[in-house]
Amino acid sequence: MKKVLVLLLLVVVGYSLYVPLSQIEFGTDRMGSIENPTTVGAYYLSKTPSELSVANVITAIVVNYRGFDTLGEVSVLFLAATGIGSILYRRRKEGEHSETISKPSSQLLQAGAKLIYPAILVLGAYVFIHGHLTPGGGFQGGAIIATGFLLMMMSYKDFHMNHTVLTWVESLAGITFVGVGIGGLIVGTTFLENFMPVGTLNDLFSGGIIPIIYVAVGFKVAAELAGVLDTLLSIKEN
Amino acid sequence: MVLFTIAIIILAVILLAVAVYAVMQKDLLFATIATGIISLILSVMFFLLQAPDVALTEAAIGIALTTIIFVITIRNTSRREDEVRITEESQAAEIDKKIKAKI
Repeated sequence: MKKVLVLLLLVVVGYSLYVPLSQIEFGTDRMGSIENPTTVGAYYLSKTPSELSVANVITAIVVNYRGFDTLGEVSVLFLAATGIGSILYRRRKEGEHSETISKPSSQLLQAGAKLIYPAILVLGAYVFIHGHLTPGGGFQGGAIIATGFLLMMMSYKDFHMNHTVLTWVESLAGITFVGVGIGGLIVGTTFLENFMPVGTLNDLFSGGIIPIIYVAVGFKVAAELAGVLDTLLSIKEN
Repeated sequence: MVLFTIAIIILAVILLAVAVYAVMQKDLLFATIATGIISLILSVMFFLLQAPDVALTEAAIGIALTTIIFVITIRNTSRREDEVRITEESQAAEIDKKIKAKI
């Protein structure tokens, strides 16, 4: 009975995927030309370098054209981090952490981690500061920085994040994001409007509000993910 | 171009094989490492298919963070898939015994 149900479900899912996909002709160019845009995608590709002077079109879409969606995404991440924190919350004395790793990690890992940890942080900062010029952005850079913190947490038993600092960084980054959005409302006409001068293409200080928002998102994501990992690693072993 | 297609096909085949291994494996630590390998191959494929943004995200979150979160969870629960069921059954049996003893 169970297998029949599974088969039935697979058939339904397969059919509902097949019907819309079969109506798209394979390999047809549905974007229209960049010079004369007819679709939204072609519009973004043709207008982003001239209107916003942003080299990375994906960043322009994520932060500028779809900025409100990104604000929603960031708040979803914030809620998830808060949820994990509240589930795993444990009353502990100030400055006291449970023994997280029973055995100390090997000396090789400790020495290597100390060497590579600043490099990872710099790479993450580079990725989110140059989000409008090169691939990557706030989410990617924040995740890379959290990876660096994770490496240190795994190597050294007594390496712990200061949760007060994390909360402050997270809140200030979120306030910056919303504040820039409200600035667009005050100076321009809509929420999250790009009200600052866009500068020249391929400059570090170009793109108006895009680098500011992406730096804020980078700090926020890094703080949230590092906080989640630290909370998870602080669970006492049974 | 032919080389590119061959590389994509080889990566896809390895991806599927590792995915099946991750599903079939009873040792959850091995399965978790297999999901990490899936993320690694996926990230290479995203890069080859000209989506470096997604490749970066997949590399940082899929390979490092998700794998480590699963490893921490396994450390705090049990490593083998069968063990969980057995302990749950034994706990249920103990509760049954207590109820019967009370009656």
